[in-house]
Amino acid sequence: MTDLVLKDVSFSYPGGFLAVDHINMEIKAGENVAIVGQNGAGKTTTVKMMNGLLRPTEGQVLIGDMNTKDYTTAQISKVVGYVFQNPDDQIFHSTVESEVRFGPKMMKLPLEEENRRVEEALKMTGMDRYKDENPYNLPLSTRKFVTIAAVIAMETDILIFDEPTAGQDIEGNKRLSDILKTLHEKGKTVITISHDMEFVADNFKKVIVMAKKKIVRSGTPKEIFWDYESLEKAMLKQPYVSRVCKALGIEGSVINIEDAIEKIMSR
Amino acid sequence: MDNIIECKNVTYSYPLAETPAIQELNVNIERGKFYGVIGENGSGKTTFCALLRGFIPDFYKGELNGEVLVEGKKTTDYGGELSAKIGYVFQNPFTQISGVKETVFEEVAYGLENFGVPVEEIERRVVEVMQMTDIEALAEKNPFDLSGGQMQRVALASVIVLEPDILIIDEPTSQLDPEGTESVFAIIKALKEKRKTIILVEHKIDLIAEYADEVLVFKEGRMIAAGDKQEILSDLSLLEQGAALPQVAILGSRLKEKGLPISRIPVTEKQAIEFIAEALKERDKK
Repeated sequence: MTDLVLKDVSFSYPGGFLAVDHINMEIKAGENVAIVGQNGAGKTTTVKMMNGLLRPTEGQVLIGDMNTKDYTTAQISKVVGYVFQNPDDQIFHSTVESEVRFGPKMMKLPLEEENRRVEEALKMTGMDRYKDENPYNLPLSTRKFVTIAAVIAMETDILIFDEPTAGQDIEGNKRLSDILKTLHEKGKTVITISHDMEFVADNFKKVIVMAKKKIVRSGTPKEIFWDYESLEKAMLKQPYVSRVCKALGIEGSVINIEDAIEKIMSR
Repeated sequence: MDNIIECKNVTYSYPLAETPAIQELNVNIERGKFYGVIGENGSGKTTFCALLRGFIPDFYKGELNGEVLVEGKKTTDYGGELSAKIGYVFQNPFTQISGVKETVFEEVAYGLENFGVPVEEIERRVVEVMQMTDIEALAEKNPFDLSGGQMQRVALASVIVLEPDILIIDEPTSQLDPEGTESVFAIIKALKEKRKTIILVEHKIDLIAEYADEVLVFKEGRMIAAGDKQEILSDLSLLEQGAALPQVAILGSRLKEKGLPISRIPVTEKQAIEFIAEALKERDKK
């Protein structure tokens, strides 16, 4: 089992710009965690340190018993998969299938195993129907699923999705939600950055709030979305239904439509 | 009624495409109104925008039947002057940024330079728009060194600065945090107050409900619904057509199903609070 621990981690970009300022984080194997906060809060920098794309300038990142400072990015990428915010940063094959196959192929698995992984990843993401298409003929929101499939096919213990909800329609959000569920059942750890508070409330048990390069608070969605002080620090709002309930004098626990119906009807 | 844009029986296919991307489209856009364009991805929303701007058929080629009229004149009969009338903000800000300017300030000024606006006026307008879009701090940065969210704001600024009568904006907030998104809507609201006509493609339906006047719903290349936002966004049957509806509309209709005597389906937060409070009072009376 691979727990992920950040111990007093800071990161400054070359030139001295401080992006993450002494944060501590502990994510247990199999947890499904959302990271929320403003643009520029340090979310992407933080997750890039989890898969070795960036190395902390202070503190330590521990993945199970690996300290990232002792391993190459290639070695870390076998344990932590990362889906970039912009899919075009990571797509370089001419068909969807070859894009998804690239990772498993590099791992030199038996062909049968390679095929199984590619098939499963394409199916889980709904990309099987586009497998022969050039990714760049697909809309951006679909391309994002191609990169998600490519990372799923690596079958890493930990997966990081950077803003997968950006530009998705309801069907896309539902598909994402199904993927998160399936990965959770397989015991994977999934860390997702999102600006969509409704999506976060519906799909995660743990939320980490970042603001101004630091962690403001972590907790369950119910705790976070009724903690006005943390929300204000991170310039976030409650989900719409929570706001409506608050105005109706129903305080404390509503974070989605189901909760709201129950509380309003029993009032 | 003062129609600034009209689409008459428009069908369009991209080159080599088997099925048309837009089919039998008839729609009138009224001057000074704010239109939200919604529907699932791949339903034709961006193609619709490109049609209005005349990128179709001039740039994308393909086969166009029917007419798109801007202020009564066919888009195909306009030359470059359509670019002064209609500002267009692309979905992907990378497409928007010119690549020939080294700073954000110059990038925002670029369009005005091309229109031959005097230097003092360019400076005044650029400074004003950069304040409005909250990108002053980025003035000296290279546009390609920005984050996705910052780049989206620069792209928006570079179009607003031209002060076109019509603005077509394709998903301007996909990379923005909730606060940044609200500020973009505030900018659009300010433009509306200046009597601009606005056509906005956006998935964040709760904000469309808050700010837009009219909503157009697309599915598989057809406009399947159009009208006043109140009427369209409270029509729950649209959910089955892949269109998103406001959270509060779904809440309202579910409460109604459960027997709460709610008189109207709310589409905004304010309405939800008001209508549900009324319904609760009504219920408790009985």
